[in-house]
Amino acid sequence: MVFPTDGNVLVGLDRADDAGVYKVSDELALIQTVDFFTPIVDDPYWFGQIAAANALSDVYAMGGIPKTAMNLVAFPVKDMDLSVLRAVIQGGIDKLAEAETVLIGGHSIEDKELKYGLSVTGFVHPARVLTKQNLQPGDGLVLTKPLGTGIVNTAIKAGMASADLTESVTRLMAALNRIAAETMARFDVHACTDVTGFGLLGHLAEMVSGSGRSVRVFAERIPVIEDALTFAAMGLIPAGAYKNREFRAGMIEVGDGMARERQDMLFDPQTSGGLLICMPGAQAEDLVAALKDAGLGDAAKVGEIVDGPAEKIRVA
Amino acid sequence: MAATIDARGLSCPQPVIMTLDEIKQGKEKEMIVLVDTDTSKENVMRAAESQGCQITDVTPEGEGYRIALTKG
Repeated sequence: MVFPTDGNVLVGLDRADDAGVYKVSDELALIQTVDFFTPIVDDPYWFGQIAAANALSDVYAMGGIPKTAMNLVAFPVKDMDLSVLRAVIQGGIDKLAEAETVLIGGHSIEDKELKYGLSVTGFVHPARVLTKQNLQPGDGLVLTKPLGTGIVNTAIKAGMASADLTESVTRLMAALNRIAAETMARFDVHACTDVTGFGLLGHLAEMVSGSGRSVRVFAERIPVIEDALTFAAMGLIPAGAYKNREFRAGMIEVGDGMARERQDMLFDPQTSGGLLICMPGAQAEDLVAALKDAGLGDAAKVGEIVDGPAEKIRVA
Repeated sequence: MAATIDARGLSCPQPVIMTLDEIKQGKEKEMIVLVDTDTSKENVMRAAESQGCQITDVTPEGEGYRIALTKG
């Protein structure tokens, strides 16, 4: 397939990234992204917040500031009360307000199943666009949210998660990556993405592919939701986690003796996960400290970029 | 007699819930669980192991798997 393009496309379809970027002038580029999905929590207001946080995250992951948004709504108007839709949209609006992003339109259709998401546009300086590329030897990798939301959501569906855990995981998914993005902007960041459906190692594999570099991942330092380890041991693992592992099996080497549950976290599909930031190794611990100061207590340095063997991820 | 749980056609986490319920409440010491995806097979085996059960046999059957286990 040939896609139309022009000289101002800075990030397009030729290589998968979190959003598209288009240069308007030497000072300004637009970041454009769209994302929507079916409910991942029962409460419609929280679903709206999570969907908005998730859509906004792609702009943060590109190093940008979100400015405007449009709603995308599919709603079973004959089978569901309109108060549900109102709550979903209110959740989205409140999250946009927190991100100082304005809602300027949208579109809705009738559908069998509720779906909600947003198209978000952000600004970035053309020279400060962050993509999944540009990994340098000696770089450190920093993750800003704990892993395990896919597994906990499976446990919630099974009725095995406590009310407290359900609430804390819902808040985690609804948390904006804004503070993480603003904090990393003070550092010399080389590359960034956000951790979503492919899991930590799936998204890391996208960064490593074509880079000519390799990655060492420190499994023990990776922040996880502790209860997710227990649920993984009980087999409450979403199908996506198995698919993610199988898809990238050729790139990933896992050290002997690592607990199976800890490996599961690395492939667990995340909803509105944290940023995965690649930057000079010497600054990585400073960024972690700054993130913790800013209230992101789970932030951690989780790996480093090394030379060869090319494009492998070694987990130990 | 082994208790048989037929979890075919059901998606995660339903097969795990059915397996755990039978392990906790069923009277039979032997159990057979029928599943039809690799995800369900893995998850049911983990669920059983987490409750101290022994997996005695896993065989492909039809489009899926037949998992035999003994309660611990």
